[in-house]
Amino acid sequence: MEIVLEAKNINKYFKKPVLFHVLKDINFKINKGEFVSIMGKSGCGKSTLLYILSTMDTDYKGNLYLNNQLLSGDSREKLSYTRNKHIGFVFQFHYLLSEFSVLENVMLPAKKLGEKSLKEIEENALQKLKILNIEQLAQKKASQISGGEKQRVAIARALINNPSIIMGDEPTGNLDSHNADNVFNIFKKLSVEQNLSLLIVTHDEDFAKRTDRIITMEDGRIIN
Amino acid sequence: MVNWTIILNIAKTHLLTKFKQTAIAALGVTFGIGAYITLVSFMTGLNAMLDDLILNQTPHIHIYNEIEPSKQQPISLYDDFKNSFNVVHSIKPKLSQKKIHNALPIIHFLNKKEEVKGAIPQIKTQIFYIAGSIEIAGNLTGIQPIEEASLFNLKDYIVEGSAEKLKNTENGILLGSGIAKKMALTLGDRIQISTIKGDVFPLKIVGIYQSGVADIDAIQSFVNLKTVQRILGEADNYITDINVKLFNIDNAFLLSKKIEKQFNLTAIDINTANAQFETGTTIRNLITYAVSITLLIVAGFGIYNILNMLIYEKMNDIAILKAIGFSGKDVQYIFMSQAMIIGIIGGVLGLLIGLILTNIISTIPFKTEALPNVETYPINFDTWFYVIGIVFAIISTFFAGYLPSQKAKKIDPVKIIRGQ
Repeated sequence: MEIVLEAKNINKYFKKPVLFHVLKDINFKINKGEFVSIMGKSGCGKSTLLYILSTMDTDYKGNLYLNNQLLSGDSREKLSYTRNKHIGFVFQFHYLLSEFSVLENVMLPAKKLGEKSLKEIEENALQKLKILNIEQLAQKKASQISGGEKQRVAIARALINNPSIIMGDEPTGNLDSHNADNVFNIFKKLSVEQNLSLLIVTHDEDFAKRTDRIITMEDGRIIN
Repeated sequence: MVNWTIILNIAKTHLLTKFKQTAIAALGVTFGIGAYITLVSFMTGLNAMLDDLILNQTPHIHIYNEIEPSKQQPISLYDDFKNSFNVVHSIKPKLSQKKIHNALPIIHFLNKKEEVKGAIPQIKTQIFYIAGSIEIAGNLTGIQPIEEASLFNLKDYIVEGSAEKLKNTENGILLGSGIAKKMALTLGDRIQISTIKGDVFPLKIVGIYQSGVADIDAIQSFVNLKTVQRILGEADNYITDINVKLFNIDNAFLLSKKIEKQFNLTAIDINTANAQFETGTTIRNLITYAVSITLLIVAGFGIYNILNMLIYEKMNDIAILKAIGFSGKDVQYIFMSQAMIIGIIGGVLGLLIGLILTNIISTIPFKTEALPNVETYPINFDTWFYVIGIVFAIISTFFAGYLPSQKAKKIDPVKIIRGQ
């Protein structure tokens, strides 16, 4: 099995207000096409871990590999590029740029990457919106669509650069059960049909149970 | 790897959705630059006018015979007292002639020099204007009217009559406006003058002279060179002053020193004679720039403030941009370009407003006794002011945008995303 993401001996401390050992010796691997969820009680460090894995948080000890390449210690510029090209992100809140249209929001990471022509990017974006059944929203302003729709736009945006892995921080946490189900089905479909790796932090047990693997955390350790 | 199209696109969207704030920030710059252009154009125009008032009619080098004590007293020539300490009391100035020796060859020599625009002779003498039993002391200057008009702008100060008329009338006089007023004389009237020796001559008024400086106008009159020579009973080569105009005023000092050495005369250059005008001009410019810079700094704070607010409002956007792969630099460039767009648009509008305002001011009538040749407020339309204005607008908005954008660059997306 091809390994997409690997964490080796990751430790993190919060220095304020008092020294606190948040993550204790985290080791795990995620294979290609695997749909993994992280569960645990509030404060166990699962979100903290996710942000370290997403390369946005660089203040940790240990080694992080993406596609077997060491990311730890890279410059911020380089990490930004890695994030742009290889990692798609979906948050609990929808986090779209509200002044831009849905299509522009989806196109943004690809424009930043700048590997394709504007026309190709637009075609890709429309295609991703189609996969998520929201192509009719393309020209609407991001502030004018519903919460469930916003989350699907965010997923389309995460997909635009064909990333190696999609990470989600409670992407269904703010949605009703119908929309949450919808989002799960989309993730599942991406994992099965496109062999995409997914790593989702969640509180939702039903959601987690339906994933390929559950990583349970407690007090900064992986217990299973 | 900076992708400017997308950065500018985001910046543009931010600015357009916050159009009111953008407009206010840009107006701050517009006001600053507009005020700067108006102020500096008006002030330098005024400066130039005030300088012209004095400097136009002042020769760049004035050559004459100074009455002064001999620098070397006879005792210093005597070898026996060489090693002793001498004190000479009550030194009197040496009796020397007012006339410049060999004046005509000197004028000829100066006129041949490359840097000299023209050197013309003058004869200065004291006379009395006679009105019945009243005698009013005054100065009479013998000139070559046409040359004087072309080199020292005499024309600008002749309020009635003309320089040509003076040249064509052998016993004509260009009377100071102050005297004319005192003696109730007008163009075409006759006036009697008397020399110090007591000889009385009738002269015909062919023009009225008004320099704008009341003290001068109350005593100064002009006649032809030949007329003074005749009045004083002197020969054709009697000349007391030589006025030199140069092409470049900066050469005045060096040339004056050279002339002093070569001809053993006193030669005063314009900067030495009018040092106070330089000072006045410098200080007025200083005030103009101080006010303008203050205005621009205030405008800069406005931009700083509005960008700061914008960044607070856009925290989420910044976090998203960073999460999806925009680097801190990209985010900084987004906000920097917003500041620069505000600066450039505001600056260009400011230049336009400055141009319009100065054009309006330059048509407002401005009549004053002191300045006979000025009819509207003087404005200096110098392209350099516009270049300086726009450069200043860009620089000040750059700094105003730099600090907030630096903050945006440093925002930690994790804190924002997790904070909700």
